[in-house]
Amino acid sequence: MSKFKKKKSGELPAISTASLPDIVFMLLFFFMVATTMRENTLLIENRLPTADQVEKLDKKDLVMYIYAGKPSARYRSTAGTQAKIQLNDKFADVSEIKPFILAERAAKREELIPFLTTALKVDGDTNMGLVGDIKKELREVQALKINYTTRTGSAMDNLK
Amino acid sequence: MAKRAAPEVNAGSMADIAFLLLIFFLVTTTIETDSGISRKLPPPQLEDVEPPVLKEKNIFVVELNRNNDLLVEETPMELKDLRKAAIAFLDNGGGQGDDACRYCQGAKDPSSSDNPDKAVISLRNNRETTYATYIAVQNELVAAYTELRNREAQRRFGKSFVQMEKDLKDVNYSGSKENLKEQIKTIQALYPEKLSEAEPKK
Repeated sequence: MSKFKKKKSGELPAISTASLPDIVFMLLFFFMVATTMRENTLLIENRLPTADQVEKLDKKDLVMYIYAGKPSARYRSTAGTQAKIQLNDKFADVSEIKPFILAERAAKREELIPFLTTALKVDGDTNMGLVGDIKKELREVQALKINYTTRTGSAMDNLK
Repeated sequence: MAKRAAPEVNAGSMADIAFLLLIFFLVTTTIETDSGISRKLPPPQLEDVEPPVLKEKNIFVVELNRNNDLLVEETPMELKDLRKAAIAFLDNGGGQGDDACRYCQGAKDPSSSDNPDKAVISLRNNRETTYATYIAVQNELVAAYTELRNREAQRRFGKSFVQMEKDLKDVNYSGSKENLKEQIKTIQALYPEKLSEAEPKK
């Protein structure tokens, strides 16, 4: 036993990790709150055009989504490069829109059916021919409320 | 010289800081909601119904060709001028007698529209037109109607049409919602959105 105990060497004391769980929880909560669940995996390019005269689509359960655009790079070899329609998780033909709308309607309560809106999420580079075909189909099944989903911004940006 | 150990950092308040941050982000993050231009499609047309006859001067023809060029009343136009042109047409009020428009502030040109109720904007696009251009044009036309409605609402009720619609959705709105609904209907009747879309050309 030495009387003069050597002082501890100059190592830094360990940093307390007691608050690590707090930080982790904080991050967890943050991401839980801020993430939106993607309902459909996109098989197409979907760069929405911009507009400023927009209305919000708040009742998400009353919205049916129809996507359209060119197939994204990894699907190009199988699906071609022409703009296509996507319903749920797969490519679809124009003729499949009617059954899709009817199936969506059947899944909703009867009193909500008049409030159903169809959101068209169409890539800015798509030709209007395809959009016109979609609209024609929607008219024929009386799905008349539509919403051209856009990003908010100046409409002039679309022309660049 | 004796080496001193660095004092341990007190981590007791870390949890407080963490909660503070957590609450801050909770309050400031908004979950993204989709927004877009809402439109109503016309119901399917029956074969034997004759289309109503409209005077040539009451139709404002907007056409988009396959190269995304804008033609308004058969003359080329830049997109940025479209809103103004549409407003000038809708707000013209050139009608006489029964068709006269008392609230219009336009040029009263007899060769343009009679009144906003009769004025129809006809939008025709080509199958090759890109969607982005089409949305830009739609946006400008909707903006023209909104601008006129705002002006009229401001004049009659002292607040803009957009604000009125916002108030209608607001749960904390203090005034009477019945009144507000009536007012919105009045404005909508003064400047009805008559936007017709022709079948695209091949």
